Order: sequence, then C-alpha cells, then structure tokens
Amino acid sequence: MLGKLSWAAVPLDQPIPMAASVLVVVGIMATLALVTAKGWWPYLWREWITSVDHKHIGVMYVLLGLVMLVRGFIDAIMMRSQLAIAAGGAQGYLPPEHYDQIFSAHGTIMIFFVAMPFVIGLMNVVLPLQLGIRDVAFPVLNSVSLWLTAAGVLLVNLSLVVGEFARTGWLAYPPLSELAYSPGVGVDYYLWALQISGVGSLLTGINFTTTILKMRAPGMGYGQMPIFCWTALASSLLIIAAFPILTGTFAMLLLDRYLGFHFFTNDLGGNAMMYVNLIWAWGHPEVYILILPAFGVFSEVIATFSGKPIFGYRSMVIATMAICVLSFMVWLHHFFTMGAGADVNAVFGIMTMIIAVPTGVKVFNWLFTLYGGRIRFNVPIYWALGFMVTFVIGGMTGVLMAVPPADFVLHNSLFLVAHFHNVIIGGVLFGAFAGYTYWFPKAFGFTLDERLGKAVFWCWFIGFYLAFMPLYALGLMGATRRMQHYADPGWQPLMLVALVGAIVILAGLVLTILQLVISIRTRERRRDLTGDPWNGRTLEWSTSSPPPPWNFARLPQVEGIDAYWEMKQKRKESTAASTEGQLQAIWVPKSSAIGFVTAFFAVVMGFALIWHIWWMAVAGLVGIVLGALVHAWRAEDEVEIPVETLAALERARPGAGAAA
Amino acid sequence: MAKGGALQSAWPLHTGVLDPQGPIGAAERTILLNATAIMLAVIVPVIVLTLVFAWWFRSGNRRAHYLPDWSYSGRIELVTWSIPALVIMFLGGIAWISAHDLDPPVPIRSAVTPVDIEVVSLDWKWLFIYPDQALAGVNRLVVPAGTPIRFRLTSATVMNSFFVPQLGSQIYTMPRMTTRLNLQADRPGTYHGLSAQFSGDGFSDMRFDVVALAPDAFKEWVTATRASGGRLDATRYGQLAQPGTLATPATFGSVAPQLFEAVVMGDATTTGPSSGESSPHSGN
Repeated sequence: MLGKLSWAAVPLDQPIPMAASVLVVVGIMATLALVTAKGWWPYLWREWITSVDHKHIGVMYVLLGLVMLVRGFIDAIMMRSQLAIAAGGAQGYLPPEHYDQIFSAHGTIMIFFVAMPFVIGLMNVVLPLQLGIRDVAFPVLNSVSLWLTAAGVLLVNLSLVVGEFARTGWLAYPPLSELAYSPGVGVDYYLWALQISGVGSLLTGINFTTTILKMRAPGMGYGQMPIFCWTALASSLLIIAAFPILTGTFAMLLLDRYLGFHFFTNDLGGNAMMYVNLIWAWGHPEVYILILPAFGVFSEVIATFSGKPIFGYRSMVIATMAICVLSFMVWLHHFFTMGAGADVNAVFGIMTMIIAVPTGVKVFNWLFTLYGGRIRFNVPIYWALGFMVTFVIGGMTGVLMAVPPADFVLHNSLFLVAHFHNVIIGGVLFGAFAGYTYWFPKAFGFTLDERLGKAVFWCWFIGFYLAFMPLYALGLMGATRRMQHYADPGWQPLMLVALVGAIVILAGLVLTILQLVISIRTRERRRDLTGDPWNGRTLEWSTSSPPPPWNFARLPQVEGIDAYWEMKQKRKESTAASTEGQLQAIWVPKSSAIGFVTAFFAVVMGFALIWHIWWMAVAGLVGIVLGALVHAWRAEDEVEIPVETLAALERARPGAGAAA
Repeated sequence: MAKGGALQSAWPLHTGVLDPQGPIGAAERTILLNATAIMLAVIVPVIVLTLVFAWWFRSGNRRAHYLPDWSYSGRIELVTWSIPALVIMFLGGIAWISAHDLDPPVPIRSAVTPVDIEVVSLDWKWLFIYPDQALAGVNRLVVPAGTPIRFRLTSATVMNSFFVPQLGSQIYTMPRMTTRLNLQADRPGTYHGLSAQFSGDGFSDMRFDVVALAPDAFKEWVTATRASGGRLDATRYGQLAQPGTLATPATFGSVAPQLFEAVVMGDATTTGPSSGESSPHSGN
C-alpha cells in the first residue's frame, strides 16, 4: 500500500537530522498558522499563488531563492565546522553517511534552488519592463514554471524529514548513484526533485526566448535591447538547449534504477563515462545560464550609477552571444583526468580559455563604463565593484585549470572548490544581490535600507575571502573535496580561518533578513513615488513603482539604447506637451490556479515514485493531466481593463505622463 | 626548494603540489606558476584600475571629468579584445604543448627500466599489484626511487581518482576500463596518496603512503615480501573487495596471474568459491 515507506524512514534515532526536521516542520506549521490566524489566505491565493503577473511570479522566485539560500547555507556552515574539528585522528560530529548527504544537498540546493530561482526571478520582474511590454509571452506557463520549481524544493526538503537525501555529490555520478551502490531513496529524491523542477526551468527558457524575440516595445530592434535583456536571451537559449540533456540523462539513470536498464551500470555494457559526458554537457552551460544574467545586472548597475551608457554596447552583445555559443564546447574540461588523450584534452582546454576572451572584454567594458562617470555609491555599485575585483581572480584560477596538466594536480581539490565558489559567489550571488537591491524599489515602491545593505555587502565580501582563500591554499597542499576528515593536522588552522569566513557570511545573511524586515517596517519613509529612484536609463524606470498589472498604460516608443534616459533628455530640452497617444483598453490574463494544481500533483507523483507507491503515482499523473485538460477548456482567459480605469490611474500617479 | 623552508613551518605546503618530488610533478608546478604569473600581469592592473576609476570618478570629486555620453572608442575596443586574445593565444600554446608532453600515458624518458604496477580501487582501499614481481600490497605503495613507474589502473567498484600530490598527475580509476599513468619519485621518501574522486562513506579513509626506496632497498623489499607469504587468489580478493576500510596496510607474497585483467573484465571473484554476494556486480 505504501511501497517502501514506513516509520523507519523518519530519522527518530539520529539527533541532528531529527532536530532539523522538527525545525522545518515547526517553521512551516508556524507560517501556515500565522497566515490562517491573520486571514491572509484569500489575499495570498488571489494575488500571489494564482497570479500570472510576471512581477509577482518574479518576487516569489526570489523569495524562494532567499529561503533556500538559508537552507543551503546551514549545510555549508555544518561542513565548515565539521572540517574545522575533524583533523588528525578526530572524526568530527558528522558521520560520513550524514556528511555525504550534506555536501550533496548543499550543491544541489545552491545551484538548482538558490541560484536558478534568484536569477529567473530577477529576469521575471525586469524583462517585460525593460522590453517595454505588458507581460511575458505565456503568462500562465510562467506560473506553472514557478510552481514546478517550488515542487522540486518541497521534495528536497521533504527528504530531510522522510527518508534521506543522495550521498553521491551534487551531480550523482554513476556507478555510485546506481542501485548497486545507492540502494536508498536519497538518489531518487534527488532525481525526481530535479526532473520536476527541470521541466519548470525549460518552460521558463522557452517563455523568455519567445518574449524577447517576439514582443519588444515598438521601435526596439535587437540593437536597442538593454544588455540585461541580451544576457537573459543568451541564458534562455542555453536553458532550451541544455535542460533537455539533463532531463534525458536523469531519465536514463531512472530507467537504470527503476526498471533494471544498463545505461550507466558496471555490467552488461553500461558506460558510466557517458553519464559524465552528458551531465557536463548540461552542467557547463548551466554555469553560464547563471552567470550571464548576473553580467547583465552588472552592466545595468554600472551604467546607471556611473551616469553613462554602457561602454562598447556592440562588443558587449557580441561577447555575450560568443559566451553563449562557446559554453557548449568546453564540457570535457570537467574530466581531463579521465584519460581522454592529449589531443582531446588540449582542444577542450583551449576552447575553455577562449571563453576568457569575451569575458575579459566584458570586464574591460565595465571598467571603461566607470571611466568618465559620476559614480554614486549606492548599494548596487558596491556589489558590482566587489564583483569586478573578485571575479577576475576566479576567472584566473579557472583559466589556470583549463591547462590540462595544471588540472591533473588541481582537479577535485579544494582549489577547485575555491575556484567555483569564487565565480559563483563573486559572480552569480553578487549579481543576484546587486539586482535585488537595484530593482527592489521597482517591485515594491520603496527602497531597501542603504546602511544595512552596505553591511550585508561587506559581510559577504570579507566573508568570502576569509572562507575561500584558505581553500585555494589547502588545495595546493593536496586537500581534496568531499572528505569528511583528514589526517594532516597542519591543515587545521586554514580550516578554522575558513570557518570564521563562513561565520562572517552568516552575519551577512542575518543582516539581509534584518534589512528586509526593517525596510518593510519603515517603508512609508522610504517610498519612491517617482518610479525612478536611481535616475535609471532603461524602460523599467519609466513606469510607476510598483507598476500596474499591465506595466504600461501606453506602450513606450523606443528610439535608442537607454530608451528612458533619452526620453528624459528630450523632455528637458522641449517644454512642449508630450505627444501622448490615446489610451486604449487593455486585456490582461486572468489569474489561474493551474500552476499550483499541476505542482501539487507533481509533488504527489514525485513522492509516490520515490517511495514506490505506484497507485499514488498514477493518481498524481492523472491529476496533472486532468488539470491540463480542464485548463485547456477554460471559457475565458483574459479580463479587460477599461480606458476609464487606466485614465484614473494615470492621473493619480505623481509625475504622470512621464512614460510617454 | 630554498624558499620552501621558511614556508614549511607556517603552512604545510611540503605535502602538496608546490613541493614536487618527481619529474611529472615538477613540470606541472612550473606550468602552474608560469600560467599564474602571466595572468597576474593582466589581473592585477584590472583590479587596481577598477578601484582607481571607482574612486576618482566618484560623484563627489569635482576634479574628475564627467563624460555623460562617452560610450565608444574603436581604439580602446581594439585593445580590450587584443589583450585577452593575446594572453589566451600564449596560454593556449602552453596548454597544447604541455597536454601532449604530460599526457598521463606518455612514458617518462629514462635510462632506467620502468617498473609496472597495476592499481585497483576497492570500497574503500587501494590494491597495488606488481605483475612482474608477482606480489601485491594494499594501502601502501612501495616503489623504487629514480625509476619510472608505469601504472595501469581500474576500479572494482565505483569511480575513484588515484592521486599522489607530490608526484604529480592524478588519473581516474573506472570500472571495466583501464587508464594509464606514468610517475616517478626522484628521491627515497614517503609521500601521501589519496582518492580524489568521492566514492562513498569510506572515501575519506582511502589514503595510502607511497614509500619510495633506493633501488637496492626496493629489491630487498620485494624479496622479503615474497618470502612473507600470503596469496591473493580469487577467494582472498573476494574478501578484500567487501565494502569496508582497512586499519593497516597489507602485503601478499604471491598473486593469482591475470588478476588485474579479471577485475577489468568483472569476473575476478567468480572463479573463487566465495564469490556470490561478495561483489555488487557479480551478476554476470
């Protein structure tokens, strides 16, 4: 009846996992109780859960990313404290079977459920606004994407309470992840959580690509698109090309595990190296899926706060698209040490290095955007400058490891761990925080606290260097990744420094939450009524904050890069009344519960498959299909916003007509 | 290692890849340092310029020149594309040449006859077979110093990576596949070895010592080990292949012939009486 599920799945006998599960359950219960007590359910259901407004969906993505950042960070600080004590003969406080789950969960969560939602969330909030349009191409699909991602998050967190998570590392290399070596449900939690959320990511890629290619504001050719939109396009194209590989690879591993296939097993002609090839054919583009939008954020932030257009727009676009293409040609550098041969290794090493050329051009272009600027030191520019200084170091160590013989001694070492945290924290995370602070007033109509924002930056910046520079050194000393204890007590001092770094980052995380809470409580003082708090350059700043559900009452006319900046310049030059067109009624998509419903049944199906509860899996699948059918036969999917409503709102807005 | 001495007290770099004890490791250290130096020549100015530009062009500085519309300069763009391109052309050359010179299967040029060693990674221990000496050891690799070692490697279970940081290149061990690696320890000494690819719960204990002996001492060790007895046949191998860690290194004075080949073929335990359950992939 319940497949493999029994009370034994709940870790009642293990204090640390049990405490963690109790904490998670109590946290969720408390949240639900609060929402019920305050009577917020109807509001949440109407305005958020069923919302198909890209801004609301984006905000929920970012919130999801922030919550999971806390979860992923708890894993991180557990690992750092374990390694700070497990030196010499000591075994630390986390036994291998628990420690192995923690590092696997940390990597999986940070990439799939922190970085991805954060980046996709920012794209959601900003993309249609920057393009000067009213929504994404497929608003309902957008909601489905969000909730499928949330379904994956739920399954990963469920593994904490019921059963276990994978003990295989975040990419689950076979044969370790095959049934013969991982008979438990951990790998199945990993696979089904990522299969479900992967569908969400793929739909997002399709949605954004269509939006950018087909739906720009009148006058906005490709040559007038803001750099962030270009990077979002590159990222979305990569999602479309890469995520099906991930889904296919996991599908093969699932067939091995569930139906006795032999794609990657040791026996009967299975070939585990094929999995490694395939997973990195997705995995390497994935890091560019994350970093390219971050590059886009920095381009916007540096231009805005320097009070200048981005330097070398054409170079930036060429570099972005070059990276997009090249990122598919380098995957083998993740396994130079599998003995592919000198020619293969050398070619992939050189291809990898070539990516450094467009990336280097970008760095120089940001540098020359700063040059001749009038730089205002608000929080976003701190993140941007911190990024420029930090990222080049990560880029350098990356190119270093692209030299195959250098990789032969650095592969899988803590040097490598330091390298990818250097680019992911110094690049993606700094970019996410820059974007979060930069666009927060657009999404909510008030700015975040500046002083706390700077404190958050300094904690992350200093904490990063303290936590990861020691790992570079340890890697050179021969320390490898994923070890639960180590023999050389000489490594311990640096491990302790790294722990201190993690604690400084913890302070940054606490201050992030504090900044949010304090900013919300003092929001009346920090209201931005202009819609343009940073003297912005692109179209998102031309509408009110937060924008109405339809973003723009009149679609903006675009005449160049930095469209809004040019509008503002023109308005200064001429006192003549702006030539506003007639307002016309707008059709906006109706809210839809289909995203939430699909995700609900996806969780049911995923959970059932993990525990081999076949009837329930069928029920989940039937639920998904029925939901889709009901949705397909809906009577009406749009509501009309009459001209009178639009006109009234336009009049009520301070600085009305600014958008025209 | 003149400058290494001062560092050794504070940072134990003497266990790592910056203190190589053989030709492969030494060549790789040179590449590491050269490539880093070349890139630092670009990275450091970029970091400095970022900070200088950000400071000088701060909005409060009235002496700084504001260029609100400046966004293009063909000459600067030429330079910004050229600098990374030139650096990468240079590093690409290094990558191409060194990838060929230091490819793991490439033999080490030496007047000394190389020694063959076969490596099998087990859950969670290392088996070293000396086919010519017909003996074997577990978790302790004894080699003659100044002699090229030709490794053939495989795994009886999941993937691992055979790595001795001070000797240089690592290589994966993979089930049903053979990889090759050539290393040499220049001087007698003990060097730490490990698995660099996560392989399960006992992974952290997959450490071994590489003991490099003077050639004469190595011969003595071979004679002594063969005399000490113990035979690694299919039965004994089947026991060894059981998941678990080993507290102390072990040796075997004789080894069943073609054991390594049998492991690669996946039937090393099937001929022995205690096969059956002993290995996760004994089904065929």
